[in-house]
Amino acid sequence: MRRLIYLAAIIALGSCKFNDDVKRLPIAGNRDLSTKVVNGQTVTDTVYHTIPNFKTVNQYGDSIKAINLDDNIYVADFFFTTCPSICPVMHRNMLKVYEAFKDMPDLKIISYSIDPKHDSVAVLKKYADKLGLEGNRWWLLQGKKEEIYKLSESYLVTFPVEDAKEKFIHDGYFILIDKQKRIRGQYDGTQPDSVQKLIDDIKTLKAEPEQK
Amino acid sequence: MKWKLTGILALMVFALIACQSDAELEFARYYSGGSTIYQSKCQNCHGSDGKGLASLIPALTNQAKLKADSASLACLVKYGSKSASNAAVKTFGGEMPATDLAPVDIAKVLTYVTNSFGNKMGTINAQQVENNLKGCR
Repeated sequence: MRRLIYLAAIIALGSCKFNDDVKRLPIAGNRDLSTKVVNGQTVTDTVYHTIPNFKTVNQYGDSIKAINLDDNIYVADFFFTTCPSICPVMHRNMLKVYEAFKDMPDLKIISYSIDPKHDSVAVLKKYADKLGLEGNRWWLLQGKKEEIYKLSESYLVTFPVEDAKEKFIHDGYFILIDKQKRIRGQYDGTQPDSVQKLIDDIKTLKAEPEQK
Repeated sequence: MKWKLTGILALMVFALIACQSDAELEFARYYSGGSTIYQSKCQNCHGSDGKGLASLIPALTNQAKLKADSASLACLVKYGSKSASNAAVKTFGGEMPATDLAPVDIAKVLTYVTNSFGNKMGTINAQQVENNLKGCR
């Protein structure tokens, strides 16, 4: 009898663990609490910082909005095709991410141009071709400049600054966004180590039950 | 014992340096100076391994191509791809920026590039660069 009680206790303990053995990435950004009354009881929920909607076109001339990234984990960055400084380094590293997840259909890469005046759809298409991009796994996006700059704030990266010599100064972060459009990591896209961490983190994120 | 070994090693290094010919010394000077210039002026685009970036930025790893374009390399480094014309510029069509490097520094960086990434083309000295620059468009 005593044995049986022990056994039951162990089973009960074990079942209390749920799925919490799963390794999870942190969730970045400010969070709010929302309280609502459900069936006469006050329920409090955490509201996480998410990426708002945006309107852009990709290198194929297709209209791309936030909704087109629903059900995708994605990596975002900000760049421009004539960038003389860090962009080649960033995209050399981003290609590694692109190659690493060839077989993951729900992972996308999006690169917002911060120089939409120059980076037309045709320019972006040529850049994409030369980079060797095919299909819809990596989009290069053109939008309204003010909107893209504003959007960069919601990705928690530095607001781009225009400069006569370097043209546009921006930081080289890769931002990892989950299927709920929450920020799950930021990585220095100019550093190979940091990009390797991104690749590892994407695997961790993909294993979270909410991202299946 | 450790000190003795270090001493012997140091002597050997001295002996080696002393044995280097003027040509070797010149090469070493150009090459090491060129390496620093490469890191600050070229590496972002062409990469630490000289592999460039897909079809956007040419690789510097093909000695035959570098040789074929050798007369225009100095012009390319000094004036950028807008003013220089060679096979790589025609194929890639992107824009390589001009630099403010002096002929001797162009010579150093070209010596570095043409003797790294699997290339072995020997020293390109300041005099050669000055001559080549006269032929720029």
